Amino acid sequence: MGPLASPLAACLLLLAGWGAIGLAGLLRPRSVEFAGRILFLVGAVCGLALAIVAAANIAAPPEQMVLPIGLPDLPFHLRLDPLSSAFLALLGAASTGSLIFAAGYFRQGEGTLPGLLCLQFHIFLASMGLVLLADDAYAFMVAWETMALSSYFLVATRHQIPEIRRAGFLYLLMAHVGAIGILLCFGVLQGGTWQFTFDAMRAAHLTPQWATIAFLLALFGFGTKAGLVPLHVWLPEAHPAAPSPVSALMSGVMLKTAVYGALRVTFDLLGAPQWWWGLVALALGLFSAFYGVLFAAVQTDMKRLLAWSSIENIGLVFTAFGITIVFHGVGLETLAALSLVALLYHCVNHAFMKSLLFLGTGAVLHATGERNLGRLGGLIHRMPWVAWLTLVGALAIAGLPPLNGFVSEWLLLQAFLFADTVPRAFVNMLLPIGAAIVALCAALAGYVMVKFFGVIFLGQPREAALAQAHDAGRLERIGLLWLAAGCVLLGLFPVQVIGQINAVSGLLLGADLGSATGSWWLLAPAASRQATYGPLVLLLVGAAVIALAAFAVRAVYHARVRRGAAWDCGFARLDARMQDTAEGFGQPIRHVFQPFFLMSRELPSPFDAAPTYRVLVVDRIWRFAYEPLGQIVRRSADIVARLQQGRIATYLLYSFVTLIVLLALVL
Amino acid sequence: MSILATLTQILAIVVALLAAPAFLGWINQCRAWLQNRRAPSVLQPYRGIHKLFHKEIVLAANASPLFRAAPYIVFGMMTLAAAIIPSLGTKLPFTIAADSIALVGLLATARVFVSLAAMDVGTAFGTLGARREMMVGFLAEPALLMVIFVAALVSHTTSLPLIAERQSQETLALYPSLAFTAVAFTLVLLAENARIPVDNPATHLELTMIHEATLLEYSAHHLALMEWAAALKLFNYACVGITLFVPFGVATEAQGPTGLLLALPLLAGKLLVAGAALAVLETVSAKLRVFRAPEFLATAFLFAVLGMLVHLLLGA
Repeated sequence: MGPLASPLAACLLLLAGWGAIGLAGLLRPRSVEFAGRILFLVGAVCGLALAIVAAANIAAPPEQMVLPIGLPDLPFHLRLDPLSSAFLALLGAASTGSLIFAAGYFRQGEGTLPGLLCLQFHIFLASMGLVLLADDAYAFMVAWETMALSSYFLVATRHQIPEIRRAGFLYLLMAHVGAIGILLCFGVLQGGTWQFTFDAMRAAHLTPQWATIAFLLALFGFGTKAGLVPLHVWLPEAHPAAPSPVSALMSGVMLKTAVYGALRVTFDLLGAPQWWWGLVALALGLFSAFYGVLFAAVQTDMKRLLAWSSIENIGLVFTAFGITIVFHGVGLETLAALSLVALLYHCVNHAFMKSLLFLGTGAVLHATGERNLGRLGGLIHRMPWVAWLTLVGALAIAGLPPLNGFVSEWLLLQAFLFADTVPRAFVNMLLPIGAAIVALCAALAGYVMVKFFGVIFLGQPREAALAQAHDAGRLERIGLLWLAAGCVLLGLFPVQVIGQINAVSGLLLGADLGSATGSWWLLAPAASRQATYGPLVLLLVGAAVIALAAFAVRAVYHARVRRGAAWDCGFARLDARMQDTAEGFGQPIRHVFQPFFLMSRELPSPFDAAPTYRVLVVDRIWRFAYEPLGQIVRRSADIVARLQQGRIATYLLYSFVTLIVLLALVL
Repeated sequence: MSILATLTQILAIVVALLAAPAFLGWINQCRAWLQNRRAPSVLQPYRGIHKLFHKEIVLAANASPLFRAAPYIVFGMMTLAAAIIPSLGTKLPFTIAADSIALVGLLATARVFVSLAAMDVGTAFGTLGARREMMVGFLAEPALLMVIFVAALVSHTTSLPLIAERQSQETLALYPSLAFTAVAFTLVLLAENARIPVDNPATHLELTMIHEATLLEYSAHHLALMEWAAALKLFNYACVGITLFVPFGVATEAQGPTGLLLALPLLAGKLLVAGAALAVLETVSAKLRVFRAPEFLATAFLFAVLGMLVHLLLGA
C-alpha cells in the first residue's frame, strides 16, 4: 500500500516534506537564491499537494494512526477526519499563495538569515498541519507550542528594532497564557480517566458543571490565540511586526487553527454542548467584531489596520460559532448546519482575502519602505498589478457581491434571520440584535476597506519618493494572483464549496445542508424559506449590462477625451498633502464612536509657524486591564525579589527556617 | 422562463431606466412649487443628461483606469438593482440570483466605487466627499438591512418578489412593526440619496457637499452616467419602499398581462404621491450639519431595530 492510498499518510508525508525543506535551508543559510527562493517554491508545491489531498478526501471516513515517537508510553496519535481535512485544505491552499509570494519577497540583509527564515517558516507550516492532525492532548500541545515558538521567531525576524522585540515578547506571553488554558481544558476533558487521547475524551462523561468549565477554558485558550476581545492585545502588535508573508500566514491561517481547536473541543470532544454556551461565544464574537472594525477604521499603519480587521473577522467567525452552539443545543439541526457552514466558509474566505491584503502591503512596503498610510498614495499608477489584485481582496473583505466575503456574510445573515424558531423567547429577541450588529460591522468593513485601498493606491503620491516605487516581481505577482483567484472562485462557486464543507457539518452535528443546496449555480441553503443567491448569474448579467452600457455610449456618442488639470474649486493651490489622510478618514468614526476610544489630541493654534496635529488613540482594554495587570505582576515580582538576595548564607537560612517549621509541624 | 416573466423582467429594467430621471424631475418640480419658484419641466433631468453625453471628456491628468470604469460599474449596479425590485410584477426571473440582501450588497458596491473614484484624482474635496459618503453609508446600510429584515421576518423570505406578494395579499392589515420600519426607511432614503436634511442636491458650496463632492472630477458621459445612476438609485429606493410597505396592485403571476397593464399606471400614481411627499419633507426640514448626520442615521437604525423588536414581541 503506497502512501497515497492512505490520505493521512500522504498528509503526514507532505508535512514532513515541509520540515525537510526547512532543514534543507540550513545547508546554505546565506544564499537567498537557494534558501529564500528555490526552497520556498518547493514548499509551495508541498502546500498545493496538501490542499489537493485534503480536499479530495474531505468526505472520507476518519482514519487514525499511531506514530511511535514522543515520550515512552505516550506515542503521537493522529487522525484525519472531515474537520481536519477542511482546515488542512485551507492551510495548504492559502499557504501556497504566501509561499510563492515569499519566494520573491525575502532579500539579503533583512534581519534573520534566509536559511534560518526558511527553517522557521516551514516548521511553522508543518506544526500548524500537525495541530490539525493531532488526536491526543500530548501531540496537540507539542504541535501547538512548536507553532507558537516558530511563529515567535518569525515575528522577531527584525529583532534589532526594540518595538519588534516588545511585540514578540507580548505575543509569546499571550500565546503561553492561552496554552495554559488549553492544557487545563484537556485536564478537565480526560474526566478522571487519565487517558489523554482524544478517543478517551470523547468517551469520558463529564458532569454539566465540568463540561462548562472545560468549554470556558477552551474558549479562553483558543480565544487568546484567535484574538477575541479582550484577549486580542497581542494581535495588533505581533501581526504588523512580522514580515508580510508571515503576517499573511499568521492572520490567514494560524488564527484558524484556534477556530479549529474551539470546534474540535466543543463539538467533537465535549459531544453535547449546552445551548447557553453559545450565548457566551456569541456575545464575545459580536463584541470582537465591532471592536475590531472600529479600531481598524482609525489606524494609520496599514498592517495594523489589517490586524484589527482580522480581529473583526475572527469576531464574525465566533459569532457564527455561538449561534451554531445555540441552534445545536436546542435541536435545530438544519439551522445549526447553516451557521456552521457560514463559519467554515468565512474561515476559508478570510484565509484568502487577508493573506492577499497582507501580501499586498508587503509589496507596497518593499516598493516604498513605508507602512504609514500618511506617506503613501497614488500607487495604482506605479504598481498596477499589486493595486488591482489588492482591490479584489479589499472588495471581498468588504463583503461585496459577487466576491467570496459576501457569500459567508449572506449565509450568516440567513442563519440569523431564520432563527425565529428557537424555543427560548429571549434568545429570539437577542438574535436579531446580533444580526443588526453583524450588518453594522459589515458596513463598517466597507468603510475600512475604502480607506485602506483609497489612501494607499489612489489619489496623488503624498511623498516625492513614491514616484520611484516599482511593481511587484513575477513570483510575488503569481502569489497574489493565486489568492485573488481564490477570492473570486470562492465567491462564484459557493455550491461546490459547501458540497465539500458539508462533510464537516455531518461529522460535528450529524446534519448538513446536503439536499438543501440548489442546482450547481444556485445557492439555496434553506429550501423552505425561499432565499436564493446565484453569484455566477449575477456576475454575468452585471458584466453584460456594463458592457452594453459602455458599447451603447461608444456607439451613440463621440468619445473625445482631453486630459487636464484636476478641478481645484477655484482654490489654486491644492496639493497632495491636502488629500484626506488616514487620520482624516478615521475622523467620522472617532467622532461617532467616541466612548470606545481613549483619545488624546494636540491641535495647532492658528498662529503656529510650524503647526502640528497629533492624535493618539489607545485601546481602553489595554489601558484599564492589561497595564494594571502588568503593574501587579511587576510589584509582586519586586516583593519576591526581596527574598532573592543572591547570598548563599541567606538561602541557607531559608532552608534552615523551613526545616525548623516543618519539624515543628510534624512533631 | 415564460414569455410573460421575460416581459416583466425587461419591462422592470426599461421602466426604471426611462422613468428614473422623470421621477427626479417631478420631485424638483414639486419642490419649486412649494418654494414659490417657477418650476423646471419634468423633463429637465433628461435634457441635462442628454447635454452631458455630447460634451467632451476632460479627465484629470492623474486619473487612473478605475476612475474611468467607475461610472459604468455604478450604472451597472443600479440597473441590476432595478432588475430585482418587483416594481411592476412579481414574476422576475432574475430575482432567483439575487435576494434583498444581495440588493443591499449591490447598492454597497456602487457606493464603494463612487467613493474610490472620488479618491482617485486626489483633490481635497473629492476625498472629503468620499469620506462623508462612506460615513453616511456605513450607518444607512445596516439600517436598510434591518428594514428589509423586518419585512423578511414578516413574510419568511428574503426574496423581494415573494415579500411583495405576501404583503400585497394583506392589503389592509397594518403591522405596527412595519410602521416603525417605514419611518426608518424614509430616513435612510433621504440620507442615501443625498437629499435634505443630510445633503443638499442643489448646493454649490463644496464644503457642504457630500454626494456632489464625489462627482466633482467627472465630466461629459462619465458624469451623465453617474447622474443617471443617482436618479436610478432614488427610483430604486422609492420602488423598494413601495414593495415593502404598499405593494398592492403589483402584478402577480396569476393575473397575466392585464395585471402588468394595470400595475403600470398604479406604480406611476404611487411614485407621484411619493415624490410629492418627499418634496414636502425636504421643504419643511433644514439641512443638518454634517456632524449631525450620524445622529440622524442612528435614529433610523434604532427605529428599524425597534420595528424588529416590535415584530418579535407582538408577532406582527
